[in-house]
Amino acid sequence: MSEALPLFFVSAMGLSLLLYVILDGFDLGVGMLLPFGSNSEKDVMIASIGPFWDANETWIVMGVGVLLIAFPKAHGIILTALYIPVTIMLVGLILRGAAFDFRVKSADHRQPMWNKLFALGSLMAAMAQGWMLGAYITGLTGSTMSLAFSLLISLTLPALYIMLGGAWLLIKTEGELFDKAAHWCRLALPAMTFALLLVSVATPLVSQDIADRWFKLPDAIGLLPIPMSCALAILGMNWMLRRPQVLHAGYGWFIFVALMVICLMAAIGLAYSIYPDIVIGRMTLWEAAAATESLQFIFWGAIVTLPAILGYTVYVHRVFSGKATELSYD
Amino acid sequence: MELDPFVLSRIQFAANITFHILFPTITIGLGWFLLFFRVRYTQTGNMYWEHAYNFWVKVYALTFALGVVSGITMSFQFGTNWPGFMERTGNIAGPLLGYEVLTAFFLEASFLGIMLFGKQRVSNRTHLISTFLVAFGTSLSAFWILALNSWMHTPAGYEIREGQFFAESWAAIIFNPSFPYRFTHMMLASLLTSAFLVAGVCAWRMIQGVDGPATKMVLKTGIYTAAIIIPLQILAGDLHGLNTLEHQPAKVAAMEAVWETEKGAGFTLIGLPDEDARETRFAVKIPYAASLILTHELEGEVKGLNDFEAHPPVAPVFWSFRVMTGVGTLMLLVSWWGAWQLFRRGALNNLALRAVSLMTFSGWVASVAGWYVTEIGRQPWIVQGLVSTADVVAQHPTATLSGTLFGYVGLYIALMIAYMKALRIMAVKPAKTLEQDSNPLGTPLMGTSA
Repeated sequence: MSEALPLFFVSAMGLSLLLYVILDGFDLGVGMLLPFGSNSEKDVMIASIGPFWDANETWIVMGVGVLLIAFPKAHGIILTALYIPVTIMLVGLILRGAAFDFRVKSADHRQPMWNKLFALGSLMAAMAQGWMLGAYITGLTGSTMSLAFSLLISLTLPALYIMLGGAWLLIKTEGELFDKAAHWCRLALPAMTFALLLVSVATPLVSQDIADRWFKLPDAIGLLPIPMSCALAILGMNWMLRRPQVLHAGYGWFIFVALMVICLMAAIGLAYSIYPDIVIGRMTLWEAAAATESLQFIFWGAIVTLPAILGYTVYVHRVFSGKATELSYD
Repeated sequence: MELDPFVLSRIQFAANITFHILFPTITIGLGWFLLFFRVRYTQTGNMYWEHAYNFWVKVYALTFALGVVSGITMSFQFGTNWPGFMERTGNIAGPLLGYEVLTAFFLEASFLGIMLFGKQRVSNRTHLISTFLVAFGTSLSAFWILALNSWMHTPAGYEIREGQFFAESWAAIIFNPSFPYRFTHMMLASLLTSAFLVAGVCAWRMIQGVDGPATKMVLKTGIYTAAIIIPLQILAGDLHGLNTLEHQPAKVAAMEAVWETEKGAGFTLIGLPDEDARETRFAVKIPYAASLILTHELEGEVKGLNDFEAHPPVAPVFWSFRVMTGVGTLMLLVSWWGAWQLFRRGALNNLALRAVSLMTFSGWVASVAGWYVTEIGRQPWIVQGLVSTADVVAQHPTATLSGTLFGYVGLYIALMIAYMKALRIMAVKPAKTLEQDSNPLGTPLMGTSA
């Protein structure tokens, strides 16, 4: 039991962060795309994420919460090392969340300003998360190499979120905005592909250990499904985004599903590279784990509540399924 | 005071948590008000209750959003600024925070979507349940976070091995000695804060002449709630104070600025505590009152600050306590005066309306002052008597901390201004019934006879 608990919690953390990237990814993406919509389109774009953004954002609280609960020693190391990007992300998330409400509740002439802040906040959060990812997978060393790499990821990770945002709009909107969303996805796809390649290339370069894991036979053959399904998903999206008639025939959701596949594969790949470390090259998850009795106490809570959370998350999405309609409190 | 990383981190945390607590203090209470409006509408079919809900749910949405985003900041700052706290107490603090996320955060955040935007998409029953779950979720969140906070004041149910805390009994950790008092005190504070907010805004709308029948109903709800809760809150505060005297006597000595241990200690109404001279200058005292309040005996002994090895900074605790109790007294006077007028004449006169509207944000002032008393009063400890705050801080460069502090404070001031302006815009909007009067073609109200 005590051996398995850290594994359970590292999986729960991975799942939370994966769900965060997919779920808040789409609403941060919609946020970054906001300046490119017309005024009435902006309202539809915001309406498409209105009922969800708050719950979506909770997944990062969950992710960092599990890090804190289960791996308190790593929690301090990781978050102090990421002090600046974390602060930028938080300011971005504050701006985004506040602007969501202020844009309709402040004076009318202020709405353009809040729209801009909404987009800016989304961009700040996305870039800061890219920076954090870059710094984390290069071992939190703060070296020039690591900084340069973090910079590259922070410039390209937003492309993934923009793809997710565009794909979300393909599900939630129709008409001109739908076509615009397809266009935005087409533009973001190469940048996202580049970001993905970059992370894949960098991790083995950081550590010989990781390189061995990926390129040693026969393991490498078993790992092939990961890069192959990503490649298929990218090719599939590329094919479909060039065929508006297919998208219009009601297959827009495919783009979102393909992106989910990519996120899932990236998460599996990353986990495979890093395991069993929690701070790469410095601390394993066993070394960082909290006391067994603490993990047990929260384990039972998690077993009961996590399925319930997933259940009512699905329920809320079903209540608001279909094309987005104007947000109304009445 | 030199601005070293420790001081800067403390100021930053204080700024963050002060800004944050303003919003949950409203939403924890206001959620139950909204549920009440919805339930009354469902029971009576009176559209005015629905008007009341529709007005206040917008305030709720805005306040909730600011609470969420400022709260996320809190969850990260434990790690970014106080890593030593989690390294040492993570075995205890972690699961409590974890339960808050698992049982409360997701619940409130998910059903908030249905509560705010789903009224046309779900049945009235489902909407009522969603509203209940949001209100329940915010209160549950308060339960867990106050369990942890209380544990930092009155640690229990733990053992320490090699400098690290380990859980012995979760029941003892959660229901630690100060928890029942602190939780009650905070829940009542939230209800009071939202009662004065709704009553104050409604009174202001009536003065401005933009009110409708719903405004009067909400004003009544707010004033009666405040009038009932304020005496309970004073009682709860007194009991909490006695509990503090038992477990954190130095905090109480700072609240009262009692320097020397004495029997029959006088209560300093007002004065200037001077920590260097170890005396309170220009003190106006009520003889025996401190002993009477704290020990409920005239000749009871109160331990003075000079007899503690470590004690919190005196002046901020002393002053915050006076602000809290002063505002509390005003709350009692205004709400009872208002309730008496409502009882006698069914309405408030102009003077009372003005008094109530001046009290709109009184709950914020009292709550923040109260939190300053309890949190500054715990210093120099982060876990009372066991872990000192200075030991757990992260050593970031002063320039980095000054930069982030500056950024946060600037952002918070800007958001506070925007929040107040948005509230004003919502408050000056004429009531629906007034719109209908000026537009005879408007659809008539349904079910107004109730």
